[in-house]
Amino acid sequence: MRAVTRAIAAELVRVFSLRTWWVLAIVLVAYVGITAGGFAFFVTADTEGGPGPLPAEVAAQLVYSSTTSVALVIPLLFGALAATSEYRWRTLTPTFLAQPRRTVVLVGRLVVAILVGALYGVMGAVTSVAAGAPVLAANGVDTLLGEPEVLGLLARTVLACALWSLLGLGLGALLTSQIAAIVIVLVFTQFIEPILRVVAGAWDWSAELARYLPGAATDSLVGAGIIASVGQLDPTVPGVVEPLTRLEGGLVLATLSVVFVAVAAVTTLRRDID
Amino acid sequence: MPSGTPITIEHLTKRYGAVTAVDDVTFTAMPGRVTGFLGPNGAGKTTTLRVLLGLARATEGTATFGGTAYAALDEPARRVGASLSSDVFHPGRSGRDHLRVLQLATGIERDRVDAVLQRVGMIDAADRRVGGYSLGMRQRLGLAAALLGDPGTLVLDEPINGLDPAGITWIRVFLRELAAEGRTILLSSHVLSEVAQTVDDVVVIARGRIVMAGPLAELSAGTAARVRVDASDRAALAAAITAAGGVVETPSAGALTVTGLDADAVGRAALGARVPLTLLTPISDDLESVFLRLTSDHPDPDARPVNSGEVAA
Repeated sequence: MRAVTRAIAAELVRVFSLRTWWVLAIVLVAYVGITAGGFAFFVTADTEGGPGPLPAEVAAQLVYSSTTSVALVIPLLFGALAATSEYRWRTLTPTFLAQPRRTVVLVGRLVVAILVGALYGVMGAVTSVAAGAPVLAANGVDTLLGEPEVLGLLARTVLACALWSLLGLGLGALLTSQIAAIVIVLVFTQFIEPILRVVAGAWDWSAELARYLPGAATDSLVGAGIIASVGQLDPTVPGVVEPLTRLEGGLVLATLSVVFVAVAAVTTLRRDID
Repeated sequence: MPSGTPITIEHLTKRYGAVTAVDDVTFTAMPGRVTGFLGPNGAGKTTTLRVLLGLARATEGTATFGGTAYAALDEPARRVGASLSSDVFHPGRSGRDHLRVLQLATGIERDRVDAVLQRVGMIDAADRRVGGYSLGMRQRLGLAAALLGDPGTLVLDEPINGLDPAGITWIRVFLRELAAEGRTILLSSHVLSEVAQTVDDVVVIARGRIVMAGPLAELSAGTAARVRVDASDRAALAAAITAAGGVVETPSAGALTVTGLDADAVGRAALGARVPLTLLTPISDDLESVFLRLTSDHPDPDARPVNSGEVAA
Protein backbone atom coordinates (compact mmCIF):
# COMPACT_ATOMS: atom_id res chain seq x y z
CA MET A 1 0.00 0.00 0.00
CA ARG A 2 2.82 2.38 0.87
CA ALA A 3 4.42 1.56 -2.45
CA VAL A 4 1.19 2.52 -4.25
CA THR A 5 0.98 5.83 -2.37
CA ARG A 6 4.58 6.52 -3.37
CA ALA A 7 3.82 5.60 -6.97
CA ILE A 8 0.91 8.06 -7.02
CA ALA A 9 3.03 10.85 -5.53
CA ALA A 10 5.77 10.18 -8.08
CA GLU A 11 3.28 10.13 -10.97
CA LEU A 12 1.79 13.46 -9.85
CA VAL A 13 5.21 15.12 -9.94
CA ARG A 14 5.93 13.38 -13.26
CA VAL A 15 2.78 14.92 -14.78
CA PHE A 16 2.93 18.37 -13.24
CA SER A 17 6.66 18.89 -13.89
CA LEU A 18 6.00 18.98 -17.63
CA ARG A 19 4.21 21.57 -19.76
CA THR A 20 1.96 19.05 -21.49
CA TRP A 21 -0.84 19.14 -18.92
CA TRP A 22 -1.39 22.89 -19.00
CA VAL A 23 -0.97 23.24 -22.75
CA LEU A 24 -3.78 20.68 -23.05
CA ALA A 25 -5.75 22.57 -20.37
CA ILE A 26 -5.53 25.81 -22.37
CA VAL A 27 -6.75 24.07 -25.52
CA LEU A 28 -9.59 22.49 -23.56
CA VAL A 29 -10.74 25.76 -21.99
CA ALA A 30 -10.58 27.60 -25.32
CA TYR A 31 -12.38 24.84 -27.18
CA VAL A 32 -15.12 24.39 -24.57
CA GLY A 33 -15.52 28.14 -24.07
CA ILE A 34 -16.03 28.83 -27.77
CA THR A 35 -18.37 25.84 -28.20
CA ALA A 36 -20.50 26.61 -25.14
CA GLY A 37 -20.76 30.31 -25.95
CA GLY A 38 -21.49 29.66 -29.62
CA PHE A 39 -24.02 26.96 -28.90
CA ALA A 40 -25.77 29.05 -26.28
CA PHE A 41 -26.22 31.73 -28.91
CA PHE A 42 -27.24 29.27 -31.65
CA VAL A 43 -29.97 27.50 -29.63
CA THR A 44 -31.47 30.60 -28.06
CA ALA A 45 -31.27 33.32 -30.67
CA ASP A 46 -33.99 33.47 -33.28
CA THR A 47 -31.58 33.27 -36.19
CA GLU A 48 -32.55 32.30 -39.68
CA GLY A 49 -31.73 28.67 -40.41
CA GLY A 50 -31.16 27.95 -36.73
CA PRO A 51 -33.37 25.71 -34.65
CA GLY A 52 -34.98 28.76 -33.10
CA PRO A 53 -35.23 29.26 -29.39
CA LEU A 54 -35.23 25.86 -27.67
CA PRO A 55 -36.86 25.17 -24.33
CA ALA A 56 -34.56 26.09 -21.47
CA GLU A 57 -34.06 22.47 -20.32
CA VAL A 58 -32.84 21.33 -23.75
CA ALA A 59 -30.79 24.46 -24.41
CA ALA A 60 -29.04 24.47 -21.04
CA GLN A 61 -28.18 20.78 -21.21
CA LEU A 62 -26.73 21.11 -24.70
CA VAL A 63 -24.61 24.07 -23.67
CA TYR A 64 -23.36 22.52 -20.46
CA SER A 65 -22.46 19.28 -22.19
CA SER A 66 -19.99 21.09 -24.49
CA THR A 67 -17.03 19.44 -22.76
CA THR A 68 -18.11 15.91 -23.57
CA SER A 69 -19.40 16.92 -27.00
CA VAL A 70 -16.18 18.41 -28.32
CA ALA A 71 -13.31 18.21 -25.82
CA LEU A 72 -13.03 14.56 -24.71
CA VAL A 73 -10.05 14.38 -27.03
CA ILE A 74 -8.09 16.36 -24.42
CA PRO A 75 -8.26 13.86 -21.51
CA LEU A 76 -7.90 11.04 -24.06
CA LEU A 77 -4.77 12.64 -25.47
CA PHE A 78 -3.45 13.29 -21.97
CA GLY A 79 -3.79 9.62 -20.99
CA ALA A 80 -2.24 8.44 -24.25
CA LEU A 81 0.70 10.86 -23.90
CA ALA A 82 1.25 9.90 -20.24
CA ALA A 83 1.60 6.25 -21.22
CA THR A 84 3.62 6.65 -24.41
CA SER A 85 5.96 9.40 -23.20
CA GLU A 86 7.82 6.77 -21.16
CA TYR A 87 8.50 4.80 -24.33
CA ARG A 88 9.20 7.89 -26.42
CA TRP A 89 11.89 9.17 -24.02
CA ARG A 90 12.96 5.75 -22.71
CA THR A 91 12.22 6.87 -19.17
CA LEU A 92 10.79 3.45 -18.31
CA THR A 93 14.34 2.44 -17.39
CA PRO A 94 14.65 4.78 -14.37
CA THR A 95 10.97 4.25 -13.57
CA PHE A 96 11.32 0.48 -13.28
CA LEU A 97 14.67 0.77 -11.50
CA ALA A 98 12.97 2.90 -8.85
CA GLN A 99 10.05 0.49 -8.65
CA PRO A 100 10.71 -2.93 -10.15
CA ARG A 101 7.16 -4.06 -9.39
CA ARG A 102 5.63 -2.89 -12.64
CA THR A 103 2.04 -3.36 -11.49
CA VAL A 104 2.63 -0.82 -8.71
CA VAL A 105 3.81 1.71 -11.30
CA LEU A 106 0.75 0.96 -13.43
CA VAL A 107 -1.67 1.41 -10.52
CA GLY A 108 -0.09 4.76 -9.61
CA ARG A 109 -0.41 5.85 -13.20
CA LEU A 110 -4.06 4.76 -13.40
CA VAL A 111 -4.95 6.75 -10.30
CA VAL A 112 -3.19 9.87 -11.58
CA ALA A 113 -4.76 9.52 -15.05
CA ILE A 114 -8.18 9.43 -13.40
CA LEU A 115 -7.36 12.43 -11.19
CA VAL A 116 -6.00 14.56 -14.02
CA GLY A 117 -8.87 13.49 -16.29
CA ALA A 118 -11.29 14.61 -13.57
CA LEU A 119 -9.38 17.89 -13.30
CA TYR A 120 -9.94 18.45 -17.04
CA GLY A 121 -13.61 17.61 -16.45
CA VAL A 122 -13.87 20.27 -13.74
CA MET A 123 -12.15 22.82 -16.02
CA GLY A 124 -14.50 21.92 -18.86
CA ALA A 125 -17.62 22.06 -16.68
CA VAL A 126 -16.68 25.42 -15.18
CA THR A 127 -15.79 26.82 -18.62
CA SER A 128 -19.03 25.64 -20.24
CA VAL A 129 -21.03 27.37 -17.50
CA ALA A 130 -18.86 30.50 -17.49
CA ALA A 131 -19.09 30.87 -21.27
CA GLY A 132 -22.60 29.52 -21.84
CA ALA A 133 -24.73 30.79 -18.96
CA PRO A 134 -24.23 34.54 -19.63
CA VAL A 135 -25.25 34.04 -23.29
CA LEU A 136 -28.33 32.05 -22.27
CA ALA A 137 -29.25 34.73 -19.74
CA ALA A 138 -28.66 37.53 -22.26
CA ASN A 139 -31.11 35.86 -24.62
CA GLY A 140 -33.68 35.55 -21.88
CA VAL A 141 -33.34 31.80 -21.35
CA ASP A 142 -33.24 30.38 -17.83
CA THR A 143 -29.68 29.21 -17.05
CA LEU A 144 -31.08 26.49 -14.72
CA LEU A 145 -27.80 26.63 -12.79
CA GLY A 146 -29.23 25.56 -9.45
CA GLU A 147 -31.16 22.63 -10.95
CA PRO A 148 -30.10 19.16 -9.77
CA GLU A 149 -30.40 17.93 -13.36
CA VAL A 150 -27.78 20.45 -14.52
CA LEU A 151 -25.51 19.88 -11.52
CA GLY A 152 -25.73 16.14 -12.13
CA LEU A 153 -24.82 16.64 -15.76
CA LEU A 154 -21.76 18.68 -14.79
CA ALA A 155 -20.70 16.03 -12.27
CA ARG A 156 -21.07 13.32 -14.92
CA THR A 157 -18.92 15.45 -17.25
CA VAL A 158 -16.14 15.18 -14.68
CA LEU A 159 -16.64 11.40 -14.48
CA ALA A 160 -16.63 11.09 -18.28
CA CYS A 161 -13.34 13.02 -18.60
CA ALA A 162 -11.75 10.81 -15.93
CA LEU A 163 -12.82 7.71 -17.87
CA TRP A 164 -11.53 9.08 -21.17
CA SER A 165 -8.16 9.82 -19.61
CA LEU A 166 -8.08 6.21 -18.42
CA LEU A 167 -9.07 5.09 -21.91
CA GLY A 168 -6.15 7.08 -23.33
CA LEU A 169 -3.75 5.56 -20.82
CA GLY A 170 -4.84 2.06 -21.77
CA LEU A 171 -4.61 2.83 -25.47
CA GLY A 172 -1.15 4.37 -25.04
CA ALA A 173 0.13 1.50 -22.89
CA LEU A 174 -1.11 -0.91 -25.52
CA LEU A 175 0.32 0.91 -28.55
CA THR A 176 3.54 2.19 -26.89
CA SER A 177 4.23 4.29 -29.98
CA GLN A 178 3.53 7.94 -29.27
CA ILE A 179 3.04 8.90 -32.90
CA ALA A 180 0.60 6.04 -33.47
CA ALA A 181 -1.33 6.93 -30.31
CA ILE A 182 -1.67 10.62 -31.26
CA VAL A 183 -2.75 9.83 -34.81
CA ILE A 184 -5.30 7.24 -33.71
CA VAL A 185 -6.71 9.49 -30.99
CA LEU A 186 -7.12 12.46 -33.32
CA VAL A 187 -8.39 10.58 -36.36
CA PHE A 188 -10.83 8.49 -34.34
CA THR A 189 -12.34 11.25 -32.21
CA GLN A 190 -12.34 13.99 -34.83
CA PHE A 191 -13.35 12.05 -37.96
CA ILE A 192 -14.15 8.38 -37.68
CA GLU A 193 -16.48 8.37 -34.71
CA PRO A 194 -18.56 11.46 -35.59
CA ILE A 195 -18.98 10.17 -39.15
CA LEU A 196 -19.85 6.66 -37.96
CA ARG A 197 -22.44 8.01 -35.56
CA VAL A 198 -24.17 10.09 -38.18
CA VAL A 199 -24.01 7.43 -40.91
CA ALA A 200 -25.09 4.66 -38.54
CA GLY A 201 -28.40 6.45 -38.04
CA ALA A 202 -29.42 5.31 -41.53
CA TRP A 203 -30.28 1.76 -40.46
CA ASP A 204 -31.73 0.42 -37.25
CA TRP A 205 -29.10 -2.27 -36.74
CA SER A 206 -26.21 0.11 -37.22
CA ALA A 207 -27.84 2.75 -35.05
CA GLU A 208 -28.11 0.17 -32.30
CA LEU A 209 -24.45 -0.76 -32.61
CA ALA A 210 -23.39 2.88 -32.78
CA ARG A 211 -24.76 3.42 -29.30
CA TYR A 212 -21.74 1.52 -28.03
CA LEU A 213 -19.20 3.85 -29.65
CA PRO A 214 -17.26 5.60 -26.88
CA GLY A 215 -18.57 9.05 -27.79
CA ALA A 216 -22.16 7.84 -27.96
CA ALA A 217 -21.78 5.97 -24.69
CA THR A 218 -20.45 9.18 -23.14
CA ASP A 219 -23.47 11.17 -24.34
CA SER A 220 -25.65 8.52 -22.71
CA LEU A 221 -23.63 8.74 -19.50
CA VAL A 222 -23.76 12.52 -19.39
CA GLY A 223 -27.35 12.75 -20.59
CA ALA A 224 -26.85 15.18 -23.46
CA GLY A 225 -24.61 15.78 -26.41
CA ILE A 226 -24.55 17.66 -29.66
CA ILE A 227 -24.47 14.66 -32.01
CA ALA A 228 -26.96 12.79 -29.82
CA SER A 229 -29.27 15.78 -30.06
CA VAL A 230 -29.18 16.05 -33.82
CA GLY A 231 -31.98 13.52 -34.05
CA GLN A 232 -34.08 15.36 -31.53
CA LEU A 233 -33.47 18.71 -33.16
CA ASP A 234 -34.25 17.57 -36.66
CA PRO A 235 -37.14 15.13 -36.93
CA THR A 236 -36.21 14.32 -40.54
CA VAL A 237 -33.10 12.44 -39.35
CA PRO A 238 -34.30 8.87 -39.35
CA GLY A 239 -33.77 6.00 -36.95
CA VAL A 240 -33.66 7.50 -33.49
CA VAL A 241 -32.87 4.43 -31.47
CA GLU A 242 -33.39 4.61 -27.74
CA PRO A 243 -29.94 5.61 -26.38
CA LEU A 244 -28.16 3.64 -23.67
CA THR A 245 -29.03 4.50 -20.10
CA ARG A 246 -26.56 6.54 -18.06
CA LEU A 247 -25.37 3.46 -16.25
CA GLU A 248 -24.96 1.49 -19.46
CA GLY A 249 -23.06 4.36 -21.06
CA GLY A 250 -20.73 4.58 -18.08
CA LEU A 251 -20.22 0.82 -18.08
CA VAL A 252 -19.34 0.77 -21.78
CA LEU A 253 -16.62 3.39 -21.19
CA ALA A 254 -15.32 1.78 -18.02
CA THR A 255 -15.23 -1.68 -19.61
CA LEU A 256 -13.35 -0.42 -22.65
CA SER A 257 -10.78 1.33 -20.43
CA VAL A 258 -10.33 -1.71 -18.20
CA VAL A 259 -9.91 -4.01 -21.20
CA PHE A 260 -7.21 -1.75 -22.71
CA VAL A 261 -5.33 -1.46 -19.43
CA ALA A 262 -5.62 -5.18 -18.67
CA VAL A 263 -4.37 -6.19 -22.11
CA ALA A 264 -1.48 -3.72 -21.80
CA ALA A 265 -0.65 -5.09 -18.34
CA VAL A 266 -0.20 -8.63 -19.65
CA THR A 267 1.48 -7.69 -22.94
CA THR A 268 3.55 -4.53 -23.40
CA LEU A 269 4.16 -4.02 -19.68
CA ARG A 270 5.84 -7.40 -19.30
CA ARG A 271 8.25 -6.94 -22.15
CA ASP A 272 11.97 -6.33 -21.83
CA ILE A 273 12.78 -2.65 -21.56
CA ASP A 274 15.42 -1.32 -23.90
CA MET B 1 28.74 3.69 5.58
CA PRO B 2 26.90 1.64 2.99
CA SER B 3 28.57 -1.64 2.31
CA GLY B 4 28.40 -3.27 -1.08
CA THR B 5 26.97 -6.60 -2.09
CA PRO B 6 28.84 -8.83 -4.51
CA ILE B 7 27.34 -8.90 -7.99
CA THR B 8 27.12 -12.47 -9.17
CA ILE B 9 26.45 -13.42 -12.76
CA GLU B 10 26.16 -17.17 -13.25
CA HIS B 11 25.82 -18.94 -16.59
CA LEU B 12 23.75 -16.08 -17.91
CA THR B 13 22.38 -16.51 -21.41
CA LYS B 14 20.07 -14.11 -23.20
CA ARG B 15 18.71 -14.95 -26.62
CA TYR B 16 16.60 -12.73 -28.86
CA GLY B 17 15.09 -15.18 -31.30
CA ALA B 18 18.02 -16.79 -33.10
CA VAL B 19 20.50 -14.20 -31.87
CA THR B 20 22.43 -15.03 -28.71
CA ALA B 21 23.32 -11.66 -27.18
CA VAL B 22 24.81 -13.07 -23.99
CA ASP B 23 26.24 -16.57 -24.00
CA ASP B 24 26.87 -18.42 -20.72
CA VAL B 25 28.41 -15.43 -18.95
CA THR B 26 29.82 -15.95 -15.45
CA PHE B 27 31.69 -13.42 -13.30
CA THR B 28 31.62 -11.72 -9.92
CA ALA B 29 32.17 -8.08 -8.97
CA MET B 30 33.41 -7.71 -5.40
CA PRO B 31 32.73 -5.03 -2.76
CA GLY B 32 35.39 -2.37 -2.31
CA ARG B 33 36.61 -2.87 -5.87
CA VAL B 34 35.86 -1.21 -9.17
CA THR B 35 35.15 -3.85 -11.76
CA GLY B 36 35.38 -2.80 -15.40
CA PHE B 37 33.01 -4.68 -17.69
CA LEU B 38 34.68 -4.24 -21.03
CA GLY B 39 33.94 -5.11 -24.58
CA PRO B 40 33.23 -3.55 -27.95
CA ASN B 41 29.79 -2.14 -28.70
CA GLY B 42 27.30 -4.92 -29.20
CA ALA B 43 29.33 -7.44 -27.18
CA GLY B 44 26.51 -7.99 -24.68
CA LYS B 45 27.49 -5.61 -21.86
CA THR B 46 24.28 -3.62 -21.72
CA THR B 47 22.11 -6.72 -22.13
CA THR B 48 23.88 -8.35 -19.18
CA LEU B 49 23.35 -5.24 -17.04
CA ARG B 50 19.68 -4.99 -18.07
CA VAL B 51 19.05 -8.57 -17.02
CA LEU B 52 20.93 -7.92 -13.76
CA LEU B 53 18.61 -4.99 -13.03
CA GLY B 54 15.40 -6.81 -13.87
CA LEU B 55 14.68 -4.80 -17.02
CA ALA B 56 15.06 -7.84 -19.25
CA ARG B 57 14.56 -11.51 -18.56
CA ALA B 58 17.35 -14.06 -18.66
CA THR B 59 16.88 -16.93 -21.09
CA GLU B 60 19.02 -19.08 -18.81
CA GLY B 61 21.16 -18.51 -15.73
CA THR B 62 21.01 -15.89 -13.02
CA ALA B 63 22.26 -12.39 -12.31
CA THR B 64 21.95 -11.39 -8.67
CA PHE B 65 23.13 -9.12 -5.89
CA GLY B 66 24.56 -11.50 -3.31
CA GLY B 67 22.07 -14.17 -4.40
CA THR B 68 19.00 -11.91 -4.58
CA ALA B 69 17.50 -10.70 -7.85
CA TYR B 70 17.12 -6.92 -8.17
CA ALA B 71 13.32 -6.98 -8.09
CA ALA B 72 13.35 -9.18 -4.99
CA LEU B 73 15.59 -6.81 -3.00
CA ASP B 74 13.99 -5.04 -0.08
CA GLU B 75 14.03 -1.36 -1.10
CA PRO B 76 16.28 -1.94 -4.14
CA ALA B 77 17.12 1.75 -4.64
CA ARG B 78 18.79 1.84 -1.20
CA ARG B 79 20.88 -1.22 -2.01
CA VAL B 80 21.73 -0.79 -5.67
CA GLY B 81 22.11 2.37 -7.73
CA ALA B 82 22.17 2.15 -11.48
CA SER B 83 22.68 4.43 -14.43
CA LEU B 84 22.13 2.62 -17.69
CA SER B 85 22.03 5.29 -20.34
CA SER B 86 22.45 9.00 -20.72
CA ASP B 87 19.27 9.37 -22.75
CA VAL B 88 16.61 8.22 -20.30
CA PHE B 89 15.40 11.69 -19.40
CA HIS B 90 12.36 13.62 -20.61
CA PRO B 91 13.86 16.72 -22.22
CA GLY B 92 11.05 18.91 -20.89
CA ARG B 93 11.63 18.05 -17.25
CA SER B 94 14.27 19.67 -15.04
CA GLY B 95 17.06 17.60 -13.57
CA ARG B 96 15.73 18.23 -10.09
CA ASP B 97 12.20 17.12 -11.02
CA HIS B 98 13.60 13.96 -12.62
CA LEU B 99 15.23 13.12 -9.30
CA ARG B 100 12.10 14.16 -7.39
CA VAL B 101 10.01 11.62 -9.29
CA LEU B 102 12.50 8.86 -8.44
CA GLN B 103 12.84 10.04 -4.84
CA LEU B 104 9.06 9.89 -4.37
CA ALA B 105 8.73 6.52 -6.11
CA THR B 106 11.41 4.96 -3.92
CA GLY B 107 10.43 6.66 -0.66
CA ILE B 108 13.97 7.97 -0.18
CA GLU B 109 14.29 11.06 2.03
CA ARG B 110 13.67 14.31 0.17
CA ASP B 111 16.92 15.99 1.22
CA ARG B 112 18.85 13.34 -0.72
CA VAL B 113 17.88 15.11 -3.97
CA ASP B 114 19.94 18.18 -3.15
CA ALA B 115 22.66 16.05 -1.58
CA VAL B 116 23.28 14.03 -4.74
CA LEU B 117 22.96 17.09 -7.00
CA GLN B 118 25.66 18.67 -4.87
CA ARG B 119 27.83 15.55 -4.95
CA VAL B 120 27.87 15.33 -8.75
CA GLY B 121 28.27 19.08 -9.16
CA MET B 122 24.89 19.67 -10.79
CA ILE B 123 23.19 21.85 -8.20
CA ASP B 124 23.41 25.01 -10.34
CA ALA B 125 21.91 23.35 -13.42
CA ALA B 126 19.28 21.39 -11.46
CA ASP B 127 16.35 23.64 -12.33
CA ARG B 128 17.07 23.78 -16.04
CA ARG B 129 15.33 21.43 -18.44
CA VAL B 130 17.30 18.32 -19.33
CA GLY B 131 16.79 19.13 -23.04
CA GLY B 132 19.43 21.85 -22.63
CA TYR B 133 21.99 19.62 -20.92
CA SER B 134 25.24 18.48 -22.51
CA LEU B 135 26.01 14.76 -22.65
CA GLY B 136 28.37 15.20 -19.71
CA MET B 137 25.64 16.87 -17.65
CA ARG B 138 23.24 14.04 -18.43
CA GLN B 139 25.90 11.55 -17.35
CA ARG B 140 26.18 13.41 -14.05
CA LEU B 141 22.43 13.48 -13.62
CA GLY B 142 22.30 9.73 -14.25
CA LEU B 143 24.99 9.27 -11.64
CA ALA B 144 23.04 11.46 -9.21
CA ALA B 145 19.98 9.26 -9.77
CA ALA B 146 22.06 6.16 -9.06
CA LEU B 147 23.37 7.67 -5.81
CA LEU B 148 19.94 8.81 -4.60
CA GLY B 149 19.47 5.94 -2.16
CA ASP B 150 23.14 6.04 -1.02
CA PRO B 151 23.47 2.44 -2.24
CA GLY B 152 26.37 0.14 -1.43
CA THR B 153 26.40 -1.22 -4.95
CA LEU B 154 26.61 0.75 -8.20
CA VAL B 155 26.00 -0.46 -11.72
CA LEU B 156 27.01 2.09 -14.35
CA ASP B 157 26.76 1.57 -18.10
CA GLU B 158 29.37 3.63 -20.00
CA PRO B 159 29.54 6.34 -17.30
CA ILE B 160 32.59 7.97 -18.87
CA ASN B 161 31.25 8.13 -22.42
CA GLY B 162 30.77 11.73 -23.48
CA LEU B 163 32.63 13.37 -20.61
CA ASP B 164 35.18 16.07 -21.36
CA PRO B 165 38.76 15.60 -20.06
CA ALA B 166 37.94 17.47 -16.84
CA GLY B 167 34.85 15.32 -16.41
CA ILE B 168 36.86 12.13 -16.96
CA THR B 169 39.35 13.13 -14.27
CA TRP B 170 36.48 14.01 -11.98
CA ILE B 171 34.65 10.69 -12.43
CA ARG B 172 37.86 8.67 -11.95
CA VAL B 173 38.50 10.31 -8.59
CA PHE B 174 34.82 10.06 -7.71
CA LEU B 175 34.57 6.33 -8.46
CA ARG B 176 37.79 5.62 -6.54
CA GLU B 177 36.28 7.48 -3.57
CA LEU B 178 33.09 5.46 -3.78
CA ALA B 179 35.01 2.17 -3.96
CA ALA B 180 37.22 3.22 -1.04
CA GLU B 181 34.01 3.61 0.94
CA GLY B 182 33.49 -0.12 0.53
CA ARG B 183 30.99 -0.04 -2.33
CA THR B 184 30.78 -2.54 -5.13
CA ILE B 185 31.17 -0.76 -8.45
CA LEU B 186 30.53 -2.42 -11.77
CA LEU B 187 31.04 -0.14 -14.74
CA SER B 188 31.02 -0.93 -18.39
CA SER B 189 33.04 0.65 -21.15
CA HIS B 190 33.99 -0.07 -24.72
CA VAL B 191 37.30 1.76 -24.35
CA LEU B 192 39.72 0.13 -21.94
CA SER B 193 42.02 3.14 -21.73
CA GLU B 194 39.08 5.18 -20.41
CA VAL B 195 38.83 3.03 -17.32
CA ALA B 196 42.33 1.53 -17.00
CA GLN B 197 43.20 4.08 -14.31
CA THR B 198 39.99 3.46 -12.42
CA VAL B 199 39.34 -0.26 -12.31
CA ASP B 200 40.82 -2.94 -10.08
CA ASP B 201 39.34 -5.89 -11.92
CA VAL B 202 38.37 -6.39 -15.52
CA VAL B 203 35.83 -8.65 -17.16
CA VAL B 204 36.23 -8.68 -20.92
CA ILE B 205 33.30 -9.75 -23.06
CA ALA B 206 33.28 -10.25 -26.81
CA ARG B 207 30.44 -11.56 -28.98
CA GLY B 208 28.44 -12.43 -25.86
CA ARG B 209 31.16 -14.51 -24.20
CA ILE B 210 33.61 -13.73 -21.43
CA VAL B 211 37.13 -13.85 -22.84
CA MET B 212 38.99 -12.78 -19.72
CA ALA B 213 38.17 -12.01 -16.09
CA GLY B 214 40.54 -11.07 -13.30
CA PRO B 215 42.65 -8.26 -11.85
CA LEU B 216 43.67 -5.57 -14.33
CA ALA B 217 47.34 -6.57 -13.90
CA GLU B 218 46.56 -10.01 -15.32
CA LEU B 219 45.48 -8.46 -18.58
CA SER B 220 49.00 -7.30 -19.36
CA ALA B 221 50.76 -10.21 -17.64
CA GLY B 222 50.38 -12.45 -20.66
CA THR B 223 52.68 -10.34 -22.76
CA ALA B 224 56.44 -10.50 -22.15
CA ALA B 225 58.05 -7.29 -21.01
CA ARG B 226 60.41 -5.92 -23.63
CA VAL B 227 63.21 -3.42 -23.62
CA ARG B 228 64.34 -1.27 -26.49
CA VAL B 229 67.99 -0.51 -26.43
CA ASP B 230 70.64 0.95 -28.73
CA ALA B 231 74.33 1.79 -28.86
CA SER B 232 76.72 2.91 -31.55
CA ASP B 233 78.35 -0.54 -31.36
CA ARG B 234 75.26 -2.69 -31.80
CA ALA B 235 77.15 -5.94 -32.26
CA ALA B 236 78.97 -5.56 -28.90
CA LEU B 237 75.72 -4.61 -27.21
CA ALA B 238 73.89 -7.62 -28.63
CA ALA B 239 76.73 -9.92 -27.52
CA ALA B 240 76.68 -8.46 -23.98
CA ILE B 241 72.91 -8.91 -23.70
CA THR B 242 73.00 -12.44 -25.01
CA ALA B 243 75.80 -13.24 -22.53
CA ALA B 244 73.60 -11.88 -19.70
CA GLY B 245 70.75 -14.20 -20.72
CA GLY B 246 68.65 -11.84 -22.80
CA VAL B 247 67.15 -12.59 -26.19
CA VAL B 248 67.77 -10.03 -28.87
CA GLU B 249 65.19 -9.79 -31.60
CA THR B 250 67.28 -9.01 -34.67
CA PRO B 251 65.99 -5.91 -36.30
CA SER B 252 66.70 -5.10 -39.94
CA ALA B 253 67.76 -1.66 -38.84
CA GLY B 254 67.67 0.59 -35.82
CA ALA B 255 67.46 -0.13 -32.13
CA LEU B 256 67.45 -3.64 -30.64
CA THR B 257 64.43 -5.17 -28.92
CA VAL B 258 65.26 -7.35 -25.96
CA THR B 259 63.15 -9.90 -24.15
CA GLY B 260 64.05 -11.93 -21.08
CA LEU B 261 65.77 -9.06 -19.31
CA ASP B 262 64.38 -5.91 -17.76
CA ALA B 263 65.81 -2.44 -18.42
CA ASP B 264 67.92 -2.60 -15.27
CA ALA B 265 69.59 -5.89 -16.31
CA VAL B 266 70.15 -4.66 -19.86
CA GLY B 267 71.79 -1.48 -18.51
CA ARG B 268 74.08 -3.50 -16.22
CA ALA B 269 75.05 -5.87 -19.04
CA ALA B 270 76.02 -2.91 -21.23
CA LEU B 271 77.97 -1.32 -18.39
CA GLY B 272 79.82 -4.59 -17.77
CA ALA B 273 80.77 -4.75 -21.43
CA ARG B 274 81.69 -1.03 -21.43
CA VAL B 275 79.28 -0.31 -24.25
CA PRO B 276 77.89 3.25 -23.97
CA LEU B 277 74.15 3.24 -24.49
CA THR B 278 72.35 5.74 -26.66
CA LEU B 279 68.86 4.45 -25.84
CA LEU B 280 67.25 2.37 -23.10
CA THR B 281 63.44 2.15 -22.90
CA PRO B 282 61.20 -0.44 -21.29
CA ILE B 283 58.21 -1.20 -23.52
CA SER B 284 55.03 -2.22 -21.84
CA ASP B 285 52.63 -3.77 -24.27
CA ASP B 286 49.83 -1.26 -23.90
CA LEU B 287 46.55 -2.51 -22.54
CA GLU B 288 44.48 -1.23 -25.40
CA SER B 289 46.24 -3.55 -27.86
CA VAL B 290 45.83 -6.52 -25.55
CA PHE B 291 42.19 -5.60 -25.22
CA LEU B 292 41.74 -5.25 -28.97
CA ARG B 293 43.37 -8.61 -29.53
CA LEU B 294 41.10 -10.23 -26.94
CA THR B 295 37.97 -8.77 -28.44
CA SER B 296 38.75 -8.78 -32.14
CA ASP B 297 36.65 -10.85 -34.49
CA HIS B 298 39.52 -13.22 -35.30
CA PRO B 299 41.59 -13.51 -32.16
CA ASP B 300 45.12 -14.46 -33.07
CA PRO B 301 47.29 -14.92 -30.01
CA ASP B 302 50.49 -14.69 -32.06
CA ALA B 303 49.67 -11.41 -33.70
CA ARG B 304 51.96 -8.68 -32.47
CA PRO B 305 49.92 -5.59 -31.75
CA VAL B 306 50.92 -2.26 -33.18
CA ASN B 307 52.75 -0.79 -30.25
CA SER B 308 52.19 2.83 -29.38
CA GLY B 309 55.10 2.60 -26.90
CA GLU B 310 57.44 1.98 -29.81
CA VAL B 311 56.18 4.97 -31.67
CA ALA B 312 56.86 7.10 -28.61
CA ALA B 313 60.36 5.65 -28.25
